[in-house]
Amino acid sequence: MCILMKNLFFAVVCLLIAGCRPVSKNEPNEEPIGDMSIFQLPSQWQTQEGKEVTLKDFKGNVLVTVMIYTSCKMACPRLVADMQNIEKSIGQKTKTPVKYLVVSIDPNVDTPERLRAFAEENKMTGNQWVFLRGTEENTREFANVLAVKYASISPIDFSHSNIISVFDKGGVMQHQMEGLAVNNEQTISAIRKYAAL
Amino acid sequence: MKRHIIFWGVVLLLFDAAGQTAVLKGGEFLPLYGSVEKKKVKIDRFAIDKNLVTNADYLTFVKQEKQWQKSNIKPLFSDKNYLKNWTGNLTFPSHLAKAPVTNVSWFAAKAYCDSKGKKLPTTNQWEYAAMAGYDKADARKDSLYNARIISAYETPKTYLKEIGNRKPNYWGIYDMNELVWEWTSDFSSIMISGENRDNNDLKLFCGAGSFNASDLMNYAAFMRYAFRNSIKANYTITNLGFRCVSL
Repeated sequence: MCILMKNLFFAVVCLLIAGCRPVSKNEPNEEPIGDMSIFQLPSQWQTQEGKEVTLKDFKGNVLVTVMIYTSCKMACPRLVADMQNIEKSIGQKTKTPVKYLVVSIDPNVDTPERLRAFAEENKMTGNQWVFLRGTEENTREFANVLAVKYASISPIDFSHSNIISVFDKGGVMQHQMEGLAVNNEQTISAIRKYAAL
Repeated sequence: MKRHIIFWGVVLLLFDAAGQTAVLKGGEFLPLYGSVEKKKVKIDRFAIDKNLVTNADYLTFVKQEKQWQKSNIKPLFSDKNYLKNWTGNLTFPSHLAKAPVTNVSWFAAKAYCDSKGKKLPTTNQWEYAAMAGYDKADARKDSLYNARIISAYETPKTYLKEIGNRKPNYWGIYDMNELVWEWTSDFSSIMISGENRDNNDLKLFCGAGSFNASDLMNYAAFMRYAFRNSIKANYTITNLGFRCVSL
C-alpha cells in the first residue's frame, strides 16, 4: 500500500514536472547536451586559422585531445608523435568523423600563426587536426575537466601531465591514456568503438 | 559624467576595501613550490576577501544562478557530495549559516567568484596572504606561527564553526589556516610527481617529493601543497571551502 502510494506520488510529481517544462526550442533532430559533456563549457577558442570556436562546434565528432605548447622540447614531441600514430591507425574512413584537438597550455605565446606554423612543421594540416588557443582561465578550466595538470616553470617552459583523452560525439569522455610512448592500442580501440570504424 | 562614475567607483572600491576585503601591497616571496630555480615570485597588489564564503553567502548565489543549486549541478562540474550538508536547493541547517560553505567543487567556487566579478586567488596569492602572522607579513620562521597552524589542522570539525570569530592576521584576513582548506585558481599547477619532467629516481622512496621544497621547516605548507596535488576540480570535500580575490 505504502509503496503503491509512493509510486503514485512519484508519477504525479513526474507528470507535474514534465508538464511545467518549457517546450524545447531545439531542432527536433538535435540531441540535447548531456550532463557529462564538455560541450557545456561556454569558453571561446581560436583555431590555427584564427577562427573563433566553442567546443560545442565539434558536436557530432569523436574528439581526441592533447594539451601541449609549441616551444616545448621535452615531452611534447613524443606526445605529438603519439597523436600522429593514433591518427594514422584510425584513418579517414570512420562512420563518425574524428577530430584531433591539440590545445595549447601556453595561450600567450601560442598565437594562431604560431599554431599554424607548428601544424605545418609537423605535417598536421588535414581538416581532422584542430589547434586551439584560449585564455589562461579557459585553458585551466579545460585542463581541470580533463584532470590535466600544468604549470609554468620558467619564462619559456611548462611542466605538464601527458594525457590523451577520447570523447564520444556527445562530448562525454570515454577513455584516457597517461604517459609517453605507451601502448596506443587501448586508445585506438576506444576511438574505433565510438567512431564506429 | 565619466568622471563622476570613476569618482564613485573609487569611493565604492575604497569603502569595500575597508569593509569586506583586505588589500595586500605587492611584494616578493619564495613559495614552498612553484618558483623557478628557487627565485622569489613577484606578487602584484591584490585584494582578498577577509572572510571565507559562508553557506548564507552561497545561498544568495544559488538563488540567482539555479544551475549551481544542489539538485541542478551538472556532474561534469561536481561529484555527488556537492553541498552535502544542505537539506535542499535553498536550505541548510540554520547553525551553518555563518559557517564556511564546503563540499563545493572548484568549478562551483570559480562560478561564485565570477558572479561577484572576482576570482579565486592563485596559489601564490593565497600563500603570500597566509604567511602573515598576527603582527607581521611573513611569520613563516616563527615556531609559534607554525605550531598554531599544525594544531588547527589537527582540530576536527572546524568546518562547522562560524567564520570571523578568531583573531585576524596582519592583513586583517580571518580564518586562513583555521577552519578549512581553500580552493585556489591554479591548484592543479603543482605537480609533486607525475609530470613530464619527473625525475623517476626521486619518486621511488617515501617523502621524495619534499626534497624540492624551498623551506623544509614549513611542514604545514607542505601539507597544503600535497593536499592540492591530490585533488581534482570536481571533488567536493567536507573541509574544503574558498574565498575570492579582486583587483
